[in-house]
Amino acid sequence: MSPALQGLVTIIIGVGGCVAYFYFSNQLLDKVLFPPRGPDAGRNINRANAIRPWLFMGPAILALGLYLAYPVFETLRLSLTDRSAGGAFVGMDNYTQMAQDGKFWEAVRNNFLWLLIVPAMSTAFGLLAAQLTDRISWGNIAKSLIFMPMAISFVGAAVIFKLIYDARPEDVAQIGILNAVYLQLGGDAPITWLTIPFWNNIFLMIVLIWIQTGFAMVILSAALRGIPEETVEAAIVDGANPFQIFFKIKMPQISGTIVVVWTTITIVVLKVFDIVFAMTNGQWETQVLANYMYDKMFRANDWGVGSAAAMIIMLMVTPILVWNVYNARKEMR
Amino acid sequence: MDSIAGKKSGLTWAVHISVAALVLLWIFPTVGLLISSFRTTDQIVTSGWWAALFPAVQNETLRTADPDDFRVARDGMFVVEGNLYVVDGSVDDAADVPAEISAWGTSSRAIDDYVAGDTADLGDGEMITVQSNGDYLWVGDEEQLSGRGQRVFVTAESPPEFTLDNYRGVLFDPANREGMSRAFMNTLTVTIPATIIPILIAAFAAYALAWMDFPGRALLVAAVVALLVVPLQLALIPLLSLHNDIGIGKGYLGVWLAHTGFGLPLAIYLLRNYMVGLPRDIIESAKVDGATDFQIFTKIILPLSFPALASFAIFQFLWTWNDLLVAMVFLIDSSGETTVMTRQIVELLGTRGGDWEILATSAFVSIAVPLVVFFTMQRYLVRGLLAGSVK
Repeated sequence: MSPALQGLVTIIIGVGGCVAYFYFSNQLLDKVLFPPRGPDAGRNINRANAIRPWLFMGPAILALGLYLAYPVFETLRLSLTDRSAGGAFVGMDNYTQMAQDGKFWEAVRNNFLWLLIVPAMSTAFGLLAAQLTDRISWGNIAKSLIFMPMAISFVGAAVIFKLIYDARPEDVAQIGILNAVYLQLGGDAPITWLTIPFWNNIFLMIVLIWIQTGFAMVILSAALRGIPEETVEAAIVDGANPFQIFFKIKMPQISGTIVVVWTTITIVVLKVFDIVFAMTNGQWETQVLANYMYDKMFRANDWGVGSAAAMIIMLMVTPILVWNVYNARKEMR
Repeated sequence: MDSIAGKKSGLTWAVHISVAALVLLWIFPTVGLLISSFRTTDQIVTSGWWAALFPAVQNETLRTADPDDFRVARDGMFVVEGNLYVVDGSVDDAADVPAEISAWGTSSRAIDDYVAGDTADLGDGEMITVQSNGDYLWVGDEEQLSGRGQRVFVTAESPPEFTLDNYRGVLFDPANREGMSRAFMNTLTVTIPATIIPILIAAFAAYALAWMDFPGRALLVAAVVALLVVPLQLALIPLLSLHNDIGIGKGYLGVWLAHTGFGLPLAIYLLRNYMVGLPRDIIESAKVDGATDFQIFTKIILPLSFPALASFAIFQFLWTWNDLLVAMVFLIDSSGETTVMTRQIVELLGTRGGDWEILATSAFVSIAVPLVVFFTMQRYLVRGLLAGSVK
């Protein structure tokens, strides 16, 4: 069977199974278990209505529980056990072993760098783009072009930027634009940008900033549009210049949105894996936690330390998680 | 705002120019990859992609046809006639020559001694004339016109030249084991069910969370919000061993389930927020008319929620299409039969690091579909983003 046909058949089975569950489980509930007929009609309707929410949510709860909630606890357990010792409980051994690994601290340091730079730069560029495109006639086209990298995979972006950072020997023409510009500006030899410790982190971050700026721009642009015109008009009447209007009138009114954008990008940054994996694979001091974890789990097959690293990522996400839940509950009241 | 006094036209120009600069900066990288994917190997190696936009000036060493085979007698002399580019094999017919020779020479020390149309005197009556399209006429006596063809050094300007060969090789060459056609189909096989299944599951759950009354509803909503940010890295090992234990192993079923699980929190969150905003009257009057919840859901809620369904579908599609990590862990086994495009590209980055024609083309094959989806459905994507993050 050709892969295409095989794919089609599996698609039909997968999707069909899903539709069938909802249809037949409802039929079962209404027609067989508690039919709204006979002497118990009223009671049956109430019973059926009490069960139906769980029928509707059943697959979702099962999937969420199994694929997101259970792994948190299982990973915690794995991080406290040693696989090679048959899964024996070893307490904090994995964590201490990890703390003695230089690569781990390098990953932590880099993750903090990413956390400092990427959300800040993406939000700043996004805000700039949102403000500038807001009032010009071709603003929507400009926005959709800046937004475009959102659709490109991290791996695709890695290839795109590897071409930009490409370095060739000194005596042949440079095909990486960064080196071409650098030599044009008087640099003496082409530089392999991705192998210079510390700065290569910045070159990797640029990829993510390039992708995330569009996201920040779209959200902030909507927030800017939501600012009441009167506040801006009043400021103009009072003689404020455009910069004062932006920083003193608009910024304070969209600060809530800026925080949301910032935290959303922060979560993306904490999980960043593909870019580092595809571009340097953590060599030349560019390791990050997610890639470190992948290394430990699937290359070194050390589930204990890998899980411990995953728990560190979870730990860093937790404040945002708590804050989100707090906000959501406040809103529902 | 333009109508309000105090807006200087100088500032307006500055805004236009800075937006243009920003846009150029942002599309520049992608354009580079796109152009590179249409260039031949030779072109990519000899010049940066930006050079492809302008006519290229190239120095080449060409050779006339071998006199022993091609010379003809004319007026007591021997003559070899033809076109340098045809002899070189770069074109089949002299009419197709793309380049225009501006200068040429017969010695490597003086490659630009003559301009097109000139006749070079090679001594003792031996002469060669080269035209701008590479046509040459080489005249000499029997002894002079023997052995190999005369070398001609040309400086030629060729217009921008693009080729579809890279795409042919990457997509349609069945002999190419590094090709993308199989990976493309695999990615599609992963993506479509992994987009549709979570929508189905989430839509039912979102309806229950939005419009049904039952104990623990608020708690479940909070749980969904919490799960929104749980890093999927935590799920890799526990779920892989689970899949192995229950016999799914690595395969499509596993990767669909994983994508479904990871996509659900966002799906439920987006859809519930949207459904809560639907008018209560419609739902209540349908209930009064005796509609069951299942009917209300399929006949009223689903059609009304189309914008939210579409925006989540785009998210999930982009995310599963572009995913690398989940596919590597849950799908791709050691045989590599089920490799997806992102994985294939990472492999190529390792094995074909310098072959940019292959890399650029492969990457663009995988980028093209999301880009099309992005530009056609951008409206829904933006709406989804706003619903998902602005409170």
